[in-house]
Amino acid sequence: MAQNLAWGRLFQWHQPVTSLSWRTSTLPALAEDQHSYLPYGLGRSYGDSCLNKDGVLVSSKQLTRFIHFDSKTGLLEVEAGVTLKQILEFAVPRGWFLPVTPGTKNVTYGGAVANDVHGKNHHSAGTFGCHTPWFYLLRSDGQYLKCSTLDNVDLYKATIGGLGLTGFITAGAIQLKKIRTPWMDVDSFRYKNFDEFCELSKRAADEYEYTVAWVDALAKGDKLGQGLFLAANHRDLPHSSGQDPYANQAPKLSIPVEFPNIALNPLSIKAFNFLYLNQQRTPYKQSVQHYNPYFYPLDGIGTWNKIYGRRGFYQYQCAVPSEPEIMREIMTKIAHSDGGSFLTVLKEFGDIQSPGMLSFPMEGFTFALDFPNKGGETLKLLNELDALVRDAKGRVYPAKDARMSAESFATFYPNWEHFSQFIDPAFSSSFWRRVTGTSA
Amino acid sequence: MTTETTTSAKLHQKSCVVFGATSAIAQAVASEHAKHGYALALVGRNQEKLEQIKSHLVTLGASQVSIHVQDLNAFDKHEELLQGILAEIGQYDRVLIAQGTLPEQRDIEKNYALTEQCIKDNALNTISLATSIANAMEAQKAGKIAIISSVAGDRGRQSNYIYGACKAMVTTFAAGLRNRLQASNVHVITIKPGFVDTPMTAHIPKGALWAQPEDVAKDIMSAFEKDKNIVYTPWFWRYIMLIIQHVPEFIFKKLKL
Ligand SMILES: Cc1cc2nc3c(=O)[nH]c(=O)nc-3n(C[C@H](O)[C@H](O)[C@H](O)COP(=O)(O)OP(=O)(O)OC[C@H]3O[C@@H](n4cnc5c(N)ncnc54)[C@H](O)[C@@H]3O)c2cc1C
Ligand SMILES: NC(=O)c1ccc[n+]([C@@H]2O[C@H](COP(=O)([O-])OP(=O)(O)OC[C@H]3O[C@@H](n4cnc5c(N)ncnc54)[C@H](OP(=O)(O)O)[C@@H]3O)[C@@H](O)[C@H]2O)c1
Repeated sequence: MAQNLAWGRLFQWHQPVTSLSWRTSTLPALAEDQHSYLPYGLGRSYGDSCLNKDGVLVSSKQLTRFIHFDSKTGLLEVEAGVTLKQILEFAVPRGWFLPVTPGTKNVTYGGAVANDVHGKNHHSAGTFGCHTPWFYLLRSDGQYLKCSTLDNVDLYKATIGGLGLTGFITAGAIQLKKIRTPWMDVDSFRYKNFDEFCELSKRAADEYEYTVAWVDALAKGDKLGQGLFLAANHRDLPHSSGQDPYANQAPKLSIPVEFPNIALNPLSIKAFNFLYLNQQRTPYKQSVQHYNPYFYPLDGIGTWNKIYGRRGFYQYQCAVPSEPEIMREIMTKIAHSDGGSFLTVLKEFGDIQSPGMLSFPMEGFTFALDFPNKGGETLKLLNELDALVRDAKGRVYPAKDARMSAESFATFYPNWEHFSQFIDPAFSSSFWRRVTGTSA
Repeated sequence: MTTETTTSAKLHQKSCVVFGATSAIAQAVASEHAKHGYALALVGRNQEKLEQIKSHLVTLGASQVSIHVQDLNAFDKHEELLQGILAEIGQYDRVLIAQGTLPEQRDIEKNYALTEQCIKDNALNTISLATSIANAMEAQKAGKIAIISSVAGDRGRQSNYIYGACKAMVTTFAAGLRNRLQASNVHVITIKPGFVDTPMTAHIPKGALWAQPEDVAKDIMSAFEKDKNIVYTPWFWRYIMLIIQHVPEFIFKKLKL
């Protein structure tokens, strides 16, 4: 049976999966035709970083237990398969929130650590790994290690952003942060071009915990980079909407446009994006939104990744230093290519350092967009983008990648060889073999 | 064997006793009860696993969680076990019986000793527990007991008729019990899951009909709340089994099922 175990739906080989039922379980022996293990969460990585051809995936789907919560400090300890969704359902009614969240809550704790995920508050909070004081790592030699800023420090740093290669995280801690309501105060600014974005981004950084821009990727010339800049803070005062203030459910119709599932195709997504950008006619708008539609607008649409059809799609996310010229060059290339989706997400990362050795975020601009898989044409464009990013001393995000070359990877992550010494000898991934030019 | 007992019996607290508490389905049901502040008594045969479940349930909000380590095939220990649990919770409120095993049919069909073991694992220990609990509930004139049977009990098939026969026995037993206890305000629920992705079925390749333990747990919760009698979970198994039960035997016996 064809399996699509990664979000981009590009790879369909037969991939054996096993799971650990208890955090005290040991790794099952490798079958004769399997060369290695790779941990697996919910497969929300787009490319082959969560896949292991001819190896076995070790799923955390049964490791969904909570272990301890300290209601005074907000320190939560969970098993690795607990999802961010489960954490929110537990924490929000108790007045706590995730310190960092990606754009979907359908990811596991283990996956969030292994990709050292970031969110719209990178400039004020850093990455997920900045808030994970410790975790437990199961190695293939049977060792069960506590990794923290004090114990097995190197392994701790290698595992944060370590792409599942250093061992299987069975459980760990996350420092939650206090909130007063589940609502967000959202200010949105319509801006005209990339210069205005830079200006807004600079000014908003101190005042807002969360910032991100939705950019019209097709705009060119003096409109290059135009879009909607969204800046938000958690709301302190209750919102008078008659809603239960701690409800986890999003209020109905909070997403500007909702599609019936059947209407989802690349065209309708373009229309959706167009409406999303154009829903706001005024240059500035204030609103109060529930945290669900604010952080997770796409989760409401379920498996939207299927709209790109059987050939799947690529997502491209890079980070480059804060020099507007570099970003302009990259955006111009995309605007003239017509290969990408209409909408780009653009953000400025801050300078908070993650403990992770191989973490993706770096100070500067980051942007992400989808590319339907049109074969060679798409790959050519993405390779050209890689070249620009290499010259700029930037990086491409492994969690989203399915095609970068070994040469690019080595330029993006010059310390990968140092990192390699912490890899568990019985762990590997299709991504890792590709970007290091090794075979199993 | 009570490894932990409370000093005072809590008479009025909502409680749920879970047999086979280490089962994936049972854990999901216990989690739902914990979120609603229930007191839980967990019965299983592995202390370490039970401890892991306990910390989960306590964190989620269970008002109290006790652990009882007992192999449920030790029938002579059942009375003592149930006495211990009753001393703790005062009286039965909700009970879930979930333990079971899924031996390979091919391995056990040629060996009566293994067949008998399967019957103990999947029918007799359930019936022993349900008998005592039902009698206590009858005297209380209150209580709800949910028993996990299986769609496999609806018709014998060559690929798992021994397990299926056990579940058929449980289904019929539960139906009779429901009928008998109806007059005493005691409610008996028969749960018939289809394919569920749990450690029991880890070796079986999964397809579209497979449900997650959390989905099944939601149906079990709703059965407790709405006093349902027979619950197919997910719901569509009611119709699949309706068809399977109506295939004439002269055809059915030739099918490779
Ligand atoms: C709609 C959408 C929006 C997204 N937005 C963002 C975003 O804003 N920011 C961002 O950073 N990312 C984002 N992502 C990417 C996503 O957050 C990451 O890919 C995340 O790591 C996926 O987690 P997962 O649980 O699905 O893990 P998987 O994708 O299954 O695995 C990811 C990696 O983690 C490893 N891993 C999983 N479990 C364990 C474990 N127990 N022990 C050790 N290693 C483990 C795997 O081996 C693999 O290398 C987004 C993805 C989607 C689909
Ligand atoms: N999964 C399915 O597809 C499916 C379908 C229909 C019905 N069911 C039924 O659902 C119930 C729960 O099963 P599951 O799917 O959740 O599988 P599971 O996770 O394997 O649970 C079965 C549990 O029963 C326990 N158990 C078995 N014999 C025991 C004994 N003598 N004493 C104490 N505990 C014992 C096991 O304990 P240990 O952990 O100590 O081994 C195990 O935790 C079972 O009755 C099963 O028959 C399952």
